Amino acid sequence: MYSPRSEASLAQSCTLQRQEKRLQKELVALIKEPPPGVVIDGESVGQSLDLLVLSINGAQGTIYEGEQFQLQFRFGPKYPFDSPEVVFIGTEIPVHPHVYSNGHICLSILTDDWSPALSIFSVCVSIISMLSSCKEKKRPPDDSMYVKTCSKNPKKTKWWYHDEEV
Amino acid sequence: MDSDEDIMYDDDYDDSGNESSGDDDVEFAMVEEPNNPKERQELDEYPYEVLTTEQILQHMNECMKEVNIVVEMPSTVIRMLLNHFRWDKEKLMERYYDGDPEKLFTEAHVASPFAKMAVPAKIAKKEHRRTGPSVEECEICLSTLPSSVMSGLECGHRFCVSCWAEYLTTKIMSEGIGQTISCAAHNCEILIDDATVMKLVPDAKVRLKYQHLITNSFVECNRLLRWCPSPDCSSVIRVQHVESRPVTCRCGHTFCFACGNNWHEPVRCTLLRKWIKKCDDDSETSNWIAANTKECPKCKATIEKDGGCNHMVCKNSHCKTEFCWVCLGPWEPHGTSWYNCNRYDEDEARAARDAQERSRAALQRYLFYCNRYMNHMQSLRLEHKHYATVKEKMEEMQQHNMSWIEVQFLKKAVDILCQCRQTLMYTYVFAYYLKKNNQSVIFEDNQRDLETATEKLSEYLERDITQENLVDIKQKVQDKYRYCDSRRRVLAEHVYEGYDKEWWEYND
Ligand SMILES: [Zn+2]
Ligand SMILES: [Zn+2]
Ligand SMILES: [Zn+2]
Ligand SMILES: [Zn+2]
Ligand SMILES: [Zn+2]
Ligand SMILES: [Zn+2]
Repeated sequence: MYSPRSEASLAQSCTLQRQEKRLQKELVALIKEPPPGVVIDGESVGQSLDLLVLSINGAQGTIYEGEQFQLQFRFGPKYPFDSPEVVFIGTEIPVHPHVYSNGHICLSILTDDWSPALSIFSVCVSIISMLSSCKEKKRPPDDSMYVKTCSKNPKKTKWWYHDEEV
Repeated sequence: MDSDEDIMYDDDYDDSGNESSGDDDVEFAMVEEPNNPKERQELDEYPYEVLTTEQILQHMNECMKEVNIVVEMPSTVIRMLLNHFRWDKEKLMERYYDGDPEKLFTEAHVASPFAKMAVPAKIAKKEHRRTGPSVEECEICLSTLPSSVMSGLECGHRFCVSCWAEYLTTKIMSEGIGQTISCAAHNCEILIDDATVMKLVPDAKVRLKYQHLITNSFVECNRLLRWCPSPDCSSVIRVQHVESRPVTCRCGHTFCFACGNNWHEPVRCTLLRKWIKKCDDDSETSNWIAANTKECPKCKATIEKDGGCNHMVCKNSHCKTEFCWVCLGPWEPHGTSWYNCNRYDEDEARAARDAQERSRAALQRYLFYCNRYMNHMQSLRLEHKHYATVKEKMEEMQQHNMSWIEVQFLKKAVDILCQCRQTLMYTYVFAYYLKKNNQSVIFEDNQRDLETATEKLSEYLERDITQENLVDIKQKVQDKYRYCDSRRRVLAEHVYEGYDKEWWEYND
């Protein structure tokens, strides 16, 4: 049974454990019921709790239909109070006005507008909807400049968000 | 510094006339009293208070109460609204009464205090979704928890108290955000009020940081408050009206309330700001280069002479002008006279030299004032170190049968020496921008007198004090510092009079 007092103090004393628990719960739910278009390799999940790679299939009827991309999540010790680092990896990087050729994604919920109430699930949904609403395959206008000068970690970029409607 | 002593100071100096002897004192007797005693008095009264962070919080709460008397709202809502209007109470009242208060709340990102009764439908449903009304799921830690450990704002987004604590701690400590922490839910712009933050953050250190963050914006928005600029000091000075006046913090630091720089009598804040900017722009190396080189008469590129020949070729590849190092005129008419120039008086050469002369003169002038300014700054630093030496001397004198009271004149002397140096330092800033006229000549005389007197006082303080000369030294030091102080006042009052009567004209 729950005793509110012990629950609260226990939770405080083991924040890290609590955060691990949240990630585990997220992953279990994700494997059981992934967002449409997301494929998770149940075997590789859980090998390391701070890294997650999943596949995203281009949705039917969109310009990415038939393509598959690898999306990588990296979780810091402060997750979910600190946002995860999310990038596309591998050889197939979606050609999209908000995705740089090095895999970095310009999406405000990944930095400024992050909330601990968001999750892997909601990030995937946002990215899929970002891809699905795109009408023309092109790179961001500052792609070559950005790729040459940016930090390895997209969270270190001071993003100047492009119009998110695209 | 002891402020009581400064107030007492006038009497000290008034009864000094009959103690004087020697050359300086003849001048001393002629020291003019301010023409208008009322003016002097006005100059001396500048009431201010030194406040701690606690007092600032209290002061902030008082301000909020004043609004609360007129508009009844929770105090934290008032703080956020006042903050939105940069602590302008009148503006807030005006907007509150002539507009749509609900719109005002949205604009300031504050949950409307009048909408509290409405229970958000979405959340109400969620509470009942799981096992019953007494258990809820926290969307952050994904745990199902009893409602008693869940908390939230008027927007209805509820999270468990430990998630709230972690969320707020991250915002306050890692991101340094205090004034505008919004609800933890995605896309919810409702700001969290002070009482809720204080209640939800368990760590006292984090709470203290939060208090500092909220008072910081209160102080910064309020023209009548200023943080003490000295590092590691968290006191605040409160004045009744903003003026360029010296204020002394509890930590001992004296600064100009209006601009926050060290007290800079007699120069005004705007001129000082201009000077500081100029000094930052002109780095010492560029000054040196300009003083030791010549410029190409055509493209103004800097040229250094590296051989004996007067035939110069500008190194700027776009220019390559050939000219004579001696006369600065074009090289062509010089022909083959590589080492001698006989064209020094030709018009063309003279014009080129005049132009260079003007820019050089401007630089020399700047360097002249800058050097004196820097010298006084340097001496001032040393003088501050003298306090330690003086303390030793005072102890020594007390062993020579002088009482504690009797030896205080030495500390007083160093105080005045420092004040004089500081004033002198800034007179060079004033003088640099000053255009010559009858009054500026008087100003320069005053400056020279003060400078001479100050150097003499400094010299006296360096002397050895022995049993034999003790009484004599005390007399001389007192005479000197009184004289210095009177000269400093005369100079400052003359400058202030000039401000009032618009005597001063400035360059650039
Ligand atoms: Zn929670
Ligand atoms: Zn909310
Ligand atoms: Zn201070
Ligand atoms: Zn000032
Ligand atoms: Zn040239
Ligand atoms: Zn010549």
